[in-house]
Amino acid sequence: MTSDERLGLVRAGLAARHAREWRFRFYGILAILAALSFVAILFGMILSRGLPAFTQATLTLDVHFDAAVIKVGERPTRTGNQSHAEYAKAVSDWERKMTMVNWNRLIEAAVREAAPDTKANSREILSIVETNARFELRDMLVADPTLIGKTVQVSLLASANADNWLKGNIDRALPDAQQQLREPARALADQLKAEGKIRNAFAWHIFTNVDSRSAPASAGLAGAFVGSLYMMLVVIVLAVPIGVMSAVYLEEFAPKNRFTDLIEVNINNLAAVPSIVFGLLGAAVFINYFRLPLSAPLVGGLVLSLMTLPTIIIATRSALRAVPPSLRQAALGLGASKTQTVFHHVLPVTYPGMLTATIIGVAQALGETAPLLLIGMNAFVAQVPATPLDQSSALPVQIFLWQGNENRNFFEARTSAAIIVLLGLMLTLNAIAIFLRSRLEKRT
Amino acid sequence: MNTAIIAALLLILLGIAYQTGCSRSRSLTLGGEARLHSRPVYHGALVAIWSLTPALLILALWALFGDTASRAYLLAQLPPETSSLAPADLDGAIRRIRQIESGFGIIGDAQPWENQAAEALREFRILTSAAIIAAAAGTGALALWFARSRISLRLRARNEVERMVSWAMIGCSIVAILTTAGIVASLLVEAIRFFTFVSPIDFFFGTVWNPGFSTTGHGSAGEYGLLPLLWGTLMVATIAILVALPIGLLTAIYLTQYASPRLRGFVKPIIEILAGIPTIVYGFFALVTVGPFLAGLGNLLGLDIRATSALTAGIVMGIMIIPFISSLSDDIIRQVPRAMRDGSLGLGATQSETIKRIILPAALPGIVGAFLLAVSRAIGETMIVVLAAGNSPYLRLNPGEPVSTVTVTIVNQLTGDTDFASPQSLVAFALGLTLFAMTLILNVAALYIVRRYREQYE
Amino acid sequence: MTENTRLEATEMNMPAATILARSDLYHMPSTTVRTPDAEPRSAKVIARNVSVFYGPKQALFDVSIDIPEKSVTAFIGPSGCGKSTFLRCLNRMNDTIDGCRVSGQIALDGSDIFAPSLDVVELRARVGMVFQKPNPFPKSIYENVAYGPRIHGLARSKADLDEIVASSLQKASLWNEVKDRLHEPGTGLSGGQQQRLCIARAIAVSPEVILMDEPCSALDPIATARIEELIDELKQNFTIVIVTHSMQQAARVSQRTAFFHLGNLVEEGPTDLIFTSPGEKRTQDYITGRFG
Repeated sequence: MTSDERLGLVRAGLAARHAREWRFRFYGILAILAALSFVAILFGMILSRGLPAFTQATLTLDVHFDAAVIKVGERPTRTGNQSHAEYAKAVSDWERKMTMVNWNRLIEAAVREAAPDTKANSREILSIVETNARFELRDMLVADPTLIGKTVQVSLLASANADNWLKGNIDRALPDAQQQLREPARALADQLKAEGKIRNAFAWHIFTNVDSRSAPASAGLAGAFVGSLYMMLVVIVLAVPIGVMSAVYLEEFAPKNRFTDLIEVNINNLAAVPSIVFGLLGAAVFINYFRLPLSAPLVGGLVLSLMTLPTIIIATRSALRAVPPSLRQAALGLGASKTQTVFHHVLPVTYPGMLTATIIGVAQALGETAPLLLIGMNAFVAQVPATPLDQSSALPVQIFLWQGNENRNFFEARTSAAIIVLLGLMLTLNAIAIFLRSRLEKRT
Repeated sequence: MNTAIIAALLLILLGIAYQTGCSRSRSLTLGGEARLHSRPVYHGALVAIWSLTPALLILALWALFGDTASRAYLLAQLPPETSSLAPADLDGAIRRIRQIESGFGIIGDAQPWENQAAEALREFRILTSAAIIAAAAGTGALALWFARSRISLRLRARNEVERMVSWAMIGCSIVAILTTAGIVASLLVEAIRFFTFVSPIDFFFGTVWNPGFSTTGHGSAGEYGLLPLLWGTLMVATIAILVALPIGLLTAIYLTQYASPRLRGFVKPIIEILAGIPTIVYGFFALVTVGPFLAGLGNLLGLDIRATSALTAGIVMGIMIIPFISSLSDDIIRQVPRAMRDGSLGLGATQSETIKRIILPAALPGIVGAFLLAVSRAIGETMIVVLAAGNSPYLRLNPGEPVSTVTVTIVNQLTGDTDFASPQSLVAFALGLTLFAMTLILNVAALYIVRRYREQYE
Repeated sequence: MTENTRLEATEMNMPAATILARSDLYHMPSTTVRTPDAEPRSAKVIARNVSVFYGPKQALFDVSIDIPEKSVTAFIGPSGCGKSTFLRCLNRMNDTIDGCRVSGQIALDGSDIFAPSLDVVELRARVGMVFQKPNPFPKSIYENVAYGPRIHGLARSKADLDEIVASSLQKASLWNEVKDRLHEPGTGLSGGQQQRLCIARAIAVSPEVILMDEPCSALDPIATARIEELIDELKQNFTIVIVTHSMQQAARVSQRTAFFHLGNLVEEGPTDLIFTSPGEKRTQDYITGRFG
């Protein structure tokens, strides 16, 4: 074959080969665009649905604390001859009476005053105010008994259904039978909104309230947040030191033998075990065997600690592996013991890496849901847990509970808002890690 | 309150012990030629370890057995007529008394004997916690004194501390093994209990899943066939891999072979964001956005696709796995030596020819490993399928129909149910065992392949 | 408009290939000491004012050289002097390095290799390359050699391909050692055999020029000797450019030698002259071992 013939053959194939090249490149670009657009769609969906939930329709009413309606005396004080139990009983009786007061009448009166010409009956009027309003009024009065007989301007949450109606989360064109609010109530809500007596206020209670079923508009994340916080603390207290210690041992001290090989394989495998299996472990061992309480953040934290342990070990080991051997040789050469070398010279260099490992582990634990379902953390808990042994929910579990709520129109937005909070927390964690990391790296 | 006091006491003990060790050892060297074997810090640390260990041991024992003790005491306080109560009622009574004692308040009026018992319980609690704290502090102090008396010039404090530290480290390393052992043991024990109700053959080869409710009493009223669940799991996982593998692999190829460093620096972190998003968020995304979209699309094309179906769950799970596959493949492709690539380019191959004929075949074992890990992940994923697969445990071929998976069923059977006696909840462990075995095989195979691959190019 | 600028303008309008074919238009820079051959051969590759930048760093300064046809040209110089960088310019392998930029002209048979119309795939089919470390593909010996002909579509049939593989292996004097195990992996060969396999792989495309980037640096002396013999045979059919660390190797295998230092081409000329009476102090210092 002459050189020209050969070149001819090469040239003949060139066009097709370049076409294949461009096609391949195009597939690559397509794949990247697909991945990027998934990120965009995901965040777009969550932000567009969740952000409106951070403001909520709120009524501003002049409530008259009518003494004729509130017929409860003053809070009992402990008299000399009363035992502890008797006094407690008296107080709880008083509290019960206070709760039984027909607060709804005060609310209805206040709404009627704001919109005198409404055709809505009292049920319809109350349907636009969230049911927790009466407890708010009660708490105001308990806190300040002098309010009796006075008229005070109060901000009360509109009900979830009213919020849906006003935000247009429910199709306004739907026939009456499919609407959550009756016609007069909808007209009333529109009227109050037009008069500025209902406005969209920032929903602080998402952060300060606990979950609620009877008053969905007032449901908040406080309980779940504290539950998650406790679990993070348990993870930081347990998984991080244990993980770092075993990483240091395996990387720096462990002899190379079958046993350490087994540990190594075991850790790598454990990192890939489905999280739900850890939930089964928690249910069988912590709940069934050790009889630890259900729904407790402590148990959740233990399960998450076991789950994140391999992640932390693997990340710390790779940080340790990045330390140049010359550093160790220099320290050993100066007569430091192996332990001194590792703890005084190697570890300080790897602080940024360990910090990253910690954050990765904690973030993973923060977002995990499945194992928590198996140890009862999906129970409905309407209080902020005081200790890690109290019943509690967790942020991701709260998301799971909210997405299953029957009032879909309202809770889709509320769930998205909770997701924004969760993602925001994770983002903050990562930002802190990046910040501390750059600080630490500058110093060393 | 109590916890805070105990923590404070422990800290104080720690501080005193450390100081004692330091100053005592230092005082030995005063005014003399004498030299300590170990630096004072090590003596301090040694004394601190010595004095904290017994105190912690006592507190730990109390944490483990305190509850049993207080229960025993309470039972002794109850009037004789309660002895005839059924165990469940007795538990209820104890719970009431404890609530009275803690001041939470109870439903209904407290009876006098309940109040009395609560009063006694309060005294008992105060007394015992004081006693425990005193005992912990006492033994701590005793151990401190003993450790202080050991301090001498020749005491090899550093070696002792180092030995303790290394034992502690070995202990920490064993936690991981214990976890695996715990998983295997608990799954096996509970699964075997399940198999006393249902024969393993019915479980592993049954084609009907209909467990019934645990309230219908014990006995195997329901049918526990694994196959519909396994089928659903495989279907969802297959769809997920079909979405994730091409996108993830092509992304990795483009980013390693074509992209400029700037594009890579921009795209890679964004795709990795996907890896950090909690799975519950994906589940919600599937339920609210992808499901209705697919159903609408199906309508448009004349296909019957349900909003919650294998397809919905699979596609979203695929999105979740993309960063997993892309960053693993990225690592693996970059380990193929540059010389190999240059060799091909130098012969006049185009980049895509080099990638397809040289780089991918060379990276194949590693990519297979990544693929197996991704499959393992897809099989074990829970929240997406719980929310978006529709929970319908039937053997169906159509991916547009709802399915159920192993993980979904585990959640359904065990959630909110603390009863570890009925097959309805125990089956979760048999399912868990199946899941664990499947992922274990995949993981070990994948890890072995990837390890061999890495060694080849090191 | 002056005479001078008009000339420049005409040059600008001319295709680069034409300019380079008329090498009289471009004068060699005077900084390089040049000794022409006694009987000059026609130049296969002509390089003028080639500079290479890695990002902001310049690695090669205005290198101009003619590489004669069907002979061996050796590039020598201390490490980091730019000889490999320049070699990689000749088939545009530098294109594969991020942030690498080349200026100046290189012509292969009179046509500019940087011209937009030139296909780099075609260029590399004409200018093959053998690398420092033997880099056989993780495929069989047969597949390694067949790789180039396959991608370029040079074989019309299986028999054709077999023929190309066999003759390439023969030319690379590897045939006798591997003819019975053509389907075993190429990575299983010894280092010297692997490098000859890589040479066979390059020959299989029948390029006009073969670039060798320190092909013996990873080999033992016996394997090196075999490669050197091979190079000596190959020069009858191919134009060979070899980068080498070893001055002895350059002296043994090459007809012309170019000495690079700190990114500059210091001196080039017939090998025997460079080694016996170099025209530059730096060349002499390097050859006598003062630095390097």
